[in-house]
Amino acid sequence: MSAPRRPLPAWAEIVALPLINIALAFVTVGIIVRIIGVDPFHALRLLVLGAIGSSEAIGYTLYYTTNFIFTGLAVAVAFHAGLFNIGGEGQAYIGGLGCGLAILAFDRFLPAWAMIPLAIAAAALFGAAWAAVPAWLQAWRGSHIVITTIMFNFVASALMVYLMVNVLIAPGSMTPQSRNFTASGKLPSMQEVLGAVGIQVAPSALNLSIVLAMFCCVGVWVFLWHTPWGYELRTMGHNPEAAVYAGTSLKRMTMLAMCLSGALAGFVGVNELMGVHQRIVLDFQAGYGFAGIAVALMGRSHPLGIVLAALLFGALQQGGAELAFDIPTITREMVVVIQGLIILFSGALAHLPRPWLQSLLARRA
Amino acid sequence: MAAIPAIELQGIQKSFGTVHAVRGVSLRIEKGAITGIVGENGAGKSTLMSILYGLYNADAGEIRVEGRAVRMENPRDAIAHGIGMVHQHFMLVGTFTVLENLVLGAEGGPLLAGGLAAARAELARLAREYGLIVDPDALVADLSVGEQQRVEILKVLFRGARILILDEPSAVLTPQETDQLFRILAALKQRGVTVVLITHKLREIMAVTDHVYVMRQGQIVADRRTADTSPEELAELMVGRKVLMQLDKAPKQPGEVLLQAEHLTLIDDRGVRLLDDVDLALRAGEIVGIAGVSGNGQTELLQVLSGIRAPTGGKLVVRGRTIDPRHPTDPAEMRDLGVAHVPEDRLRQGMVAAFQAAETSILGYQELEPFCHHYLMDGPAVGAHCAQLMERFDVRPRSPGLRSSSFSGGNQQKLVLAREMAREPKVLLVGQPTRGVDIGAIEFIHRELLRSRDQGCAVLVISVELDEILALADRILVMFAGRIVGEVPAGRADERALGLMMAGAGAA
Amino acid sequence: MDEAFSFIFLMFAATLRVATPLVLCAMGGLFSEKSGIVDVGLEGKMLMAAFFAAATAAVTGSAWLGVAAAIAAAEAMALLHGFACITWRGNQVVSGVAINILAAGLTVVLGAAWFARGGQTPALESDQRLMPLFFPRAGDSILVYLALASVPLTWWLIARTRFGLRLRAVGEMPLAVDAAGISVAWLRYRAVLLCGLFAGLAGAYLSIAQNAGFSRDMTAGQGFIALAAIIFGKWRPFPAFGACLIFGLLDAVAIRLQGVEMPGMGEVPVQLIQALPYLLTMFLLAGFIGRAVAPKAAGVPYEKEH
Repeated sequence: MSAPRRPLPAWAEIVALPLINIALAFVTVGIIVRIIGVDPFHALRLLVLGAIGSSEAIGYTLYYTTNFIFTGLAVAVAFHAGLFNIGGEGQAYIGGLGCGLAILAFDRFLPAWAMIPLAIAAAALFGAAWAAVPAWLQAWRGSHIVITTIMFNFVASALMVYLMVNVLIAPGSMTPQSRNFTASGKLPSMQEVLGAVGIQVAPSALNLSIVLAMFCCVGVWVFLWHTPWGYELRTMGHNPEAAVYAGTSLKRMTMLAMCLSGALAGFVGVNELMGVHQRIVLDFQAGYGFAGIAVALMGRSHPLGIVLAALLFGALQQGGAELAFDIPTITREMVVVIQGLIILFSGALAHLPRPWLQSLLARRA
Repeated sequence: MAAIPAIELQGIQKSFGTVHAVRGVSLRIEKGAITGIVGENGAGKSTLMSILYGLYNADAGEIRVEGRAVRMENPRDAIAHGIGMVHQHFMLVGTFTVLENLVLGAEGGPLLAGGLAAARAELARLAREYGLIVDPDALVADLSVGEQQRVEILKVLFRGARILILDEPSAVLTPQETDQLFRILAALKQRGVTVVLITHKLREIMAVTDHVYVMRQGQIVADRRTADTSPEELAELMVGRKVLMQLDKAPKQPGEVLLQAEHLTLIDDRGVRLLDDVDLALRAGEIVGIAGVSGNGQTELLQVLSGIRAPTGGKLVVRGRTIDPRHPTDPAEMRDLGVAHVPEDRLRQGMVAAFQAAETSILGYQELEPFCHHYLMDGPAVGAHCAQLMERFDVRPRSPGLRSSSFSGGNQQKLVLAREMAREPKVLLVGQPTRGVDIGAIEFIHRELLRSRDQGCAVLVISVELDEILALADRILVMFAGRIVGEVPAGRADERALGLMMAGAGAA
Repeated sequence: MDEAFSFIFLMFAATLRVATPLVLCAMGGLFSEKSGIVDVGLEGKMLMAAFFAAATAAVTGSAWLGVAAAIAAAEAMALLHGFACITWRGNQVVSGVAINILAAGLTVVLGAAWFARGGQTPALESDQRLMPLFFPRAGDSILVYLALASVPLTWWLIARTRFGLRLRAVGEMPLAVDAAGISVAWLRYRAVLLCGLFAGLAGAYLSIAQNAGFSRDMTAGQGFIALAAIIFGKWRPFPAFGACLIFGLLDAVAIRLQGVEMPGMGEVPVQLIQALPYLLTMFLLAGFIGRAVAPKAAGVPYEKEH
């Protein structure tokens, strides 16, 4: 069990290993599905069809994908700095709060082209701020960032419930949600945008925030691999001593990494609140923060990999919802089970297939 | 001698990958005597002892304990044969008391109460017999390093060891604590305990041992009765007669002082003086070499001079900027001031193993032109820079895209040196320039350092290889226990005298 | 006077009721953390246990079989965690997160498939539950007493036995344990199994003692509060127990304080009180109220160097 880990060839590390991990997860899910009396292959077919079988389905898949890209990027940026950000849930929640607050404050006075960037900036700011506290505690007081971010997720929950129930609730509403945003506080849906240029697609939740997600991917890529701060951030993640040698302040870099991470997670609020719900609601971020960990792990913390992994998760989410609709015995929570298994196999048990892969490659060499 | 030796090793071989750490070592450890194994860092002494203690398995060779051939698969076997090891890095649980540490692994039953009581009694007995006085209920984390070491020794004796191996015991001790240790070792010897002392400090060998083996590059190069030898002879054997590279050195023309250190002091939070009142002047066009056995403050000196660590006392003046405890600096500023630094441990400090060579080639300079325009890094420029460095310094393979860790030690070092020299620094600080570097690269590196000096750079070379210092330096300083204990101009350098100073046995 | 006593008694009972699962989880988590295995998955273990306890009790009619099933389910999760973290040296936090998510999903999936009530198990009759022993209004089922007993038991195991000594050692310096010839992995597996045992009891309490059946996400973060209690108690059994009581009291008080005006502050939001355990723990971690030092080797997979 103590065999040293010799790295596999690049293609095996980046492609084969993750695929095997996913395969293992799916096999396990298949077993569970069989246990509750459903034919796994039938379920798989429905899943795939549900995810990409129609224009509307694709739209929804991409809408879910958008969120996974944001949280995946968030976790990835922190990973590159050697930090484990589990606070994506809280940061996404508070980021959404920021976005919503900005809109509630200004949507009656500003036109859309001014409101939208302002709201996006607010989401980033609030998300960053929520990450900044655990970051400061880690950098200056040595408090373990994993624990503080977990704690802060719960604080975010409590805060949001309080605000929604007591402060932001729309007058006369029975459920805790804010008043609806005016037209300038809405992100156009992709159906509208594409329709404006003559492309007909089915209506879905997919909105312009996916463009923001693409920008973020490019932005993160440029930042990490093409700016000096990204360089220093990656150095710190690999080798803090070398980072100090290179003149980096570890404390400040920790803050920067986490704030960027929090800001990215905060954009989930942009997608959900500005793009879909058009008002502030509770629990819009549920699960995306944690799934972001899996997305980052599977995507090897690279924007390209993250997009692919996010697509997988988005497809799972949408396909799973359809599956639950079609087969009553399978509930929506099956998607959660799959997510959990993927996190398990891609994260904690990621090295499981290694010895087998290594001997396989050795035999063929 | 007809007596059966406590330990006999025959033909021990051990390799780690391509590194041949132990090459055919045979030796005898006499019972009831103190035997020393001395050698420089990397000579193979610790590996050898780890094999004896069962931490590693030898690739070949035989181990005999009290005449019987044995197999050492793990430390349990060694303990069963009465061998105990006191490691350089203590294996103590800081939050436990002395008694609890003693008892770990030999608790004498599922409930602690009985075992602790028995241990307490045994501890009192050991204290009486060997003079190892320690408070059984003290928390190990609260103990001084010397006391912690005593706990390690007690642990070993508690398990009934009759053969004690101590790995660099005085590396972490103050001189007074070292003397106490010697007294303890003498008491052990009196009681018939066999002691093996691994060290690179000659003072200890001369003070306590009866017999000494000298190791160099994985082999035993000498075997003496301590009474029949001297520190000078040992120093010579340790350091070895390598091929003295004849370098063409133009006579130096030292210019202005570019870096001046006065009364530099560094005290860590345990109160140990890592640097003690160091004065140093680096002049343009001159190579200052600091000789000394590692662990005497060289690392800390480099850290302070390069801005990684702030001094606790004294000051540093570099091109007009005064650096002292109240005006600290950082590596980025030092680079701006024209101070370049090739660190002692290139993998830990000077490189990022996972980065491509191109990225490593700008470590520390990532914000500067031409690598970066308006906060955007210029990939092609970085690649071109790396290619240029590789060309000039003959780094192979010439692939800026290759992972830094894939290069051989010599090529890595050349890359780091190339990087630091590329910006034509005013001051160049170099630590262990040829550690883990092959002969061809060594020559190249030395020539480059000389060229830098000829172009007016103030160069500081710190090395544990005396030959290297002799070949390169215009002025030689010796460091021992955090102080500069001697200064000799190169022309008048005498290896033996230097060796003595390095061992702390003589002053200039 | 009578009313005052009654009130205090009820508050005390309410505190204990809320604290029981916390105490059990915290004691279990202590074993794991002390041995160097970070356990973020207490929540998931407890949830799985709660589901299987209620499901088994509903189907077999026996509360004790339910308890056994709960322990089995929690142990299965615990072994999974151990397998990933100890044998495969995976990331302990990721493993814990995975277990939580897995449990959240699996409990509903299985519950819906087996009982068709949207994730709930059928409501349990009194004879299928663990009912209060002495004070019906206080809800003191046997598990409450077990929880109270678990604290001195845990203390004794950790402080007074050979196992406990080695456990503490492996969490601080596994190298020392290895050098003494003791198996680091076996020690850690035992710690993880103990954790599963207690988490199983905690889950069983939730669904068949405190309540009459399982409902989705019924753990509601209590596994994390238990983790906070461990940290707040600086990884020691009795202080962690104290933290559980404080957090339990906070919860009991929160409901009662709703709508009540406090002098100088106005109404205290119930959410603030709910967030207090987490905020307090963060204050502690920041070093503002003393220092909390985790076992030194916590979170670091042990790798033999040779």
